[in-house]
Amino acid sequence: MTAPEPRGDGVFHPGHSELHGVTVVLETRDGTLYVGRYHEDTPAGVLLHDVAEHRPAPGGPDRTAFIQRMLEFGVRAHHRHLVVPGTDVRRVVRLVEWREES
Amino acid sequence: MPYDPRLVQPMRDEMVRMGARELRTVAEVDEALGDAKGTVLVFVNSVCGCAAGSARPGLALALRHANRPQHVFTVFAGQDLEATARARQYFAEYAPSSPSVALLRDGEVVHFVHRHMIEGKSPQEVAQQLVAAFDKHCATSAV
Repeated sequence: MTAPEPRGDGVFHPGHSELHGVTVVLETRDGTLYVGRYHEDTPAGVLLHDVAEHRPAPGGPDRTAFIQRMLEFGVRAHHRHLVVPGTDVRRVVRLVEWREES
Repeated sequence: MPYDPRLVQPMRDEMVRMGARELRTVAEVDEALGDAKGTVLVFVNSVCGCAAGSARPGLALALRHANRPQHVFTVFAGQDLEATARARQYFAEYAPSSPSVALLRDGEVVHFVHRHMIEGKSPQEVAQQLVAAFDKHCATSAV
């Protein structure tokens, strides 16, 4: 994973990543999706707040449907805070920019 | 824990200046939204500058538009906790986020702007989203 460069201007909390405070989709290497507000990349991993979770499951909603529901009705959080180890992170993208990779 | 009231007062004042009425108690929320007719906008205010810093001025711009809601109310997330929780019951199908904007017509939500639709947007871009909603839902009931 490539951590976003810290940006010292234009954000409310100087020194934080440009994704700080932004609702993102964090995709793990096993296909789990976490949707929540990006806080920062810590030594323990990526810290997210108010996080919804989608794990691939037979008969469950597919990833695109899950994201579409988040976009339409907002993020119904399963976790108040969550740290995802950096080694598990496949990619982090803004919720509004997420597309299923082909 | 709520912020120091002195810190958030300018954010309250900004809302009042644009014509919003603050709802700070459950009773005020119910009085305003309980039997609301016509078009009503509820702005869920937030201290967070990441998004609210564009949301408030964006709403102020949008409210200058000819088509606009008949009533504009605001609750303050993280500050007026009970009032905010009550207001969210009026648009409970949408997950809580702040800042956010609910536009209701005769008590039904007709448009909702989530925080993720505000993040990274300029006030002008936020205003454009809102004006489009106002034109669609408030055109026949403008004051």
